[in-house]
Amino acid sequence: MIHSSQLFTFENQLTHMAKRILLLLAHPKFEKSRVNKALIAAVADLPGLTVHDLYEAYPDFNVDVAREQALLLAHDVVIWHHPIYWYSCPPLLKQWIDLVLTIGWAYGKGGDQLSGKWLFNAVTSGGSREVYQPDGRNRYTLNQFLAPFEQTAWLCQMTYLPPFAIQGTHGLSDEAITASAQQYKQLLQHLQSNKASSESLQTAVYLNDLKL
Amino acid sequence: MSNHFLPSALIYLSAAVLCVPIAKRLGLGSVLGYLLAGMLIGPFVLGFIGQEGEDILHFAEFGVVIMLFLIGLELEPKAFWRMRKQIAGLGSWQMGLSSAAFFTIGLFLLDFSWQQSLALSLALSMSSTALVLQNIKEQGRMNTQAGQSSFAVLLFQDIAVIPILAFLPLLATFQPETSSAEQGLLAGNVAWLQTLIVLGSIAFVIAAGRYVAVPLLRVIANTRIRELFVAAALLLVVAVAVLMQAVGLSAALGAFLAGVVLANSEFKHELESDLDPFKGLLLGLFFMAVGASINFGLIAREWQQVVLLVLGIMLLKGVVLWISGKQFKFNTDQNLIFSFGLMQVGEFAFVLLAFIGQLQILSGEDLQIFTAITAITMTLTPLFGLINEKLLLPRLGTPESVREADVEAEHNDVILAGFGHYGSTVGRLLRANGIHCTILDYDADQVDLLRKMGFKVYYGDATRTDLLALAGAAEARIFISAIPQVATNLLLAETLKKHFPNLQFFARTRNRFDAFELMEEEVPHLYRETLDTSVRMGVDVLVALGQRAYTAYRSGQDFIRYDEASMQKLVDKKSDLSNYIQNVRAEIDWQEALLKADKERSLSGDDHSWDSEAIKRNILK
Repeated sequence: MIHSSQLFTFENQLTHMAKRILLLLAHPKFEKSRVNKALIAAVADLPGLTVHDLYEAYPDFNVDVAREQALLLAHDVVIWHHPIYWYSCPPLLKQWIDLVLTIGWAYGKGGDQLSGKWLFNAVTSGGSREVYQPDGRNRYTLNQFLAPFEQTAWLCQMTYLPPFAIQGTHGLSDEAITASAQQYKQLLQHLQSNKASSESLQTAVYLNDLKL
Repeated sequence: MSNHFLPSALIYLSAAVLCVPIAKRLGLGSVLGYLLAGMLIGPFVLGFIGQEGEDILHFAEFGVVIMLFLIGLELEPKAFWRMRKQIAGLGSWQMGLSSAAFFTIGLFLLDFSWQQSLALSLALSMSSTALVLQNIKEQGRMNTQAGQSSFAVLLFQDIAVIPILAFLPLLATFQPETSSAEQGLLAGNVAWLQTLIVLGSIAFVIAAGRYVAVPLLRVIANTRIRELFVAAALLLVVAVAVLMQAVGLSAALGAFLAGVVLANSEFKHELESDLDPFKGLLLGLFFMAVGASINFGLIAREWQQVVLLVLGIMLLKGVVLWISGKQFKFNTDQNLIFSFGLMQVGEFAFVLLAFIGQLQILSGEDLQIFTAITAITMTLTPLFGLINEKLLLPRLGTPESVREADVEAEHNDVILAGFGHYGSTVGRLLRANGIHCTILDYDADQVDLLRKMGFKVYYGDATRTDLLALAGAAEARIFISAIPQVATNLLLAETLKKHFPNLQFFARTRNRFDAFELMEEEVPHLYRETLDTSVRMGVDVLVALGQRAYTAYRSGQDFIRYDEASMQKLVDKKSDLSNYIQNVRAEIDWQEALLKADKERSLSGDDHSWDSEAIKRNILK
């Protein structure tokens, strides 16, 4: 369980060059999600990573814009970590996007505060990867559904990376979940290490597909 | 006196009770009603009263003193400052032009001496505050340009009465021989000493008002005995009047000054509403005395002259007002309303004429004619107003712009009663959002403290209709009661529903029993002080115990909704619950009923939308 008080920021603890990651978790029923609990538990202790639990911080949806913008400025990589609900994110993350990414700050004239930062969605979905295909039940790929997020990143001059996705969560065994959590941890460490270039990362369909 | 008192009271009161409603029904206003009543019982019609009308007139002049005190009280320096251009500009234009015109006519056409012309011209320049303000309010024109301008002109005239009363004795060619004995301290002193005495007594009234009257009123207010406060208010005016007369100054001037001094105190509204009936009754008596003194025999003899003078005076006043309005760039219909509204000679002319008579500036016959003329012009005002509305305005004016509020409304949309810890929180939140409230509070110490902190708070009992009206309840939109007592709120709910149905009532209640009583009275917006805070605490405890903040928050919000719905259910059932409440065991029984209902409904965690386990169960079924 992560409380807002356990919001840790370790700036440049490993090396001078290490990328700092801001993980924005948006899950209205986190306590009931075994996959997300495992994912967050695996990465929470990583140095240089800030886990910011939005539903815990703003149960009344009254997002503190100044605080959120300061957090963004203090990090190099931003993760929108959320379950896929109705082919999109939970409402508080949308609220966060609406309120925090202000004109003149994140986009528009003089709005270049996020320029060059990396951004991607780390998502969980009940439907499997096969379901999210042109010939599958959901008819579109996950990447297609994430187009609004990609475009948001583009408008803010950020580098949008492919998603990290754990899919078909309803049928996942405990072992599979543990493996996915370890994979997530390795990915974040790889992003921090500076060995990764955005060009090479963008070649993948999902970040899960990369051989690290 | 005591032998005469009851029969006289019977005559005056029955005449008033008979005539005033009839006059009102005919659209003539209460001032004319009193005048008619006076004429009826006077020596020329029924002859119930004879020469003692003169004495009554003197007694009733105290009504004028109270009226000036109330006018002073109305003169909040800030409001005065905001209207300064209209008051000084428009007011002095009207007074100056009218007086000059009347003076010229009096001097050259009517063969009066210059002293007589001047005294008369000043009296005739006055318009009727009582009549005109009443009309404007009834027509809902208070916030139009015509309304505000009329108010400004009348205010200027009301204030001008004071220097005029002080100035008139200088015009007296005849000096009463007993003057030195009766004129108080001023008489018989050298000029510089006289000036010093005048300035000294004015300074005394101001200082005493601020440092004696206000603390004294606070002490009296704290006793919470209402009639004592009324007595204190009367005492205040009487004391000032006596003081001023002892010095040899006008009692009206002193009362006016005292009013201005107290205008900024928290007791403004309370004093106004407490003294208002006295003012009304005494002024009524005054007008009846004036009516009784009208000499119909004389008017019948001189009827041509009277008709000519009435029409001439009204025409002249109307033209002067029209020119003043043009000078201040009124559009046509505003100027028509303004000019027709103020073209009569007002009640202050009675006061001034009576004074002129005492000073023997004018002869008795002339005085009687002009008193009658004044009354007649006032009688004709509604008639002329009708002509204006029906014939002139539709032809000359542009109807749409009548409704246009040229002057920004000065009232607040929100009235907040009770400015303790609860009310001040509401008030501060509204203020932070640019909403200013008219605040009423019944705790004099609290009012004092808040005023020191820069809040505008008035002292008074919020359930009184007259005080509510003064606070602008007729124009406001929302009434907030932050008063915890359910009895007060029940009374308020009833009063507001009856007199101010325009107001939305938002009420604080202490607990579910109080809320229940108010719900039975169909008060829609109820805020139980033991609901939201308790729920918030419960939510925080859930979070402290490790529950997710959002889950706990939603659970709390659900709880409030559920709790209010269950209250409504109980009210709808109406199963003799009011008896139930009286019961000593009610609280416990109620708790038991609530707890049972809670058990039947799982209060939290039953939304499956975000629960992957529930979805999985459904899919894998």
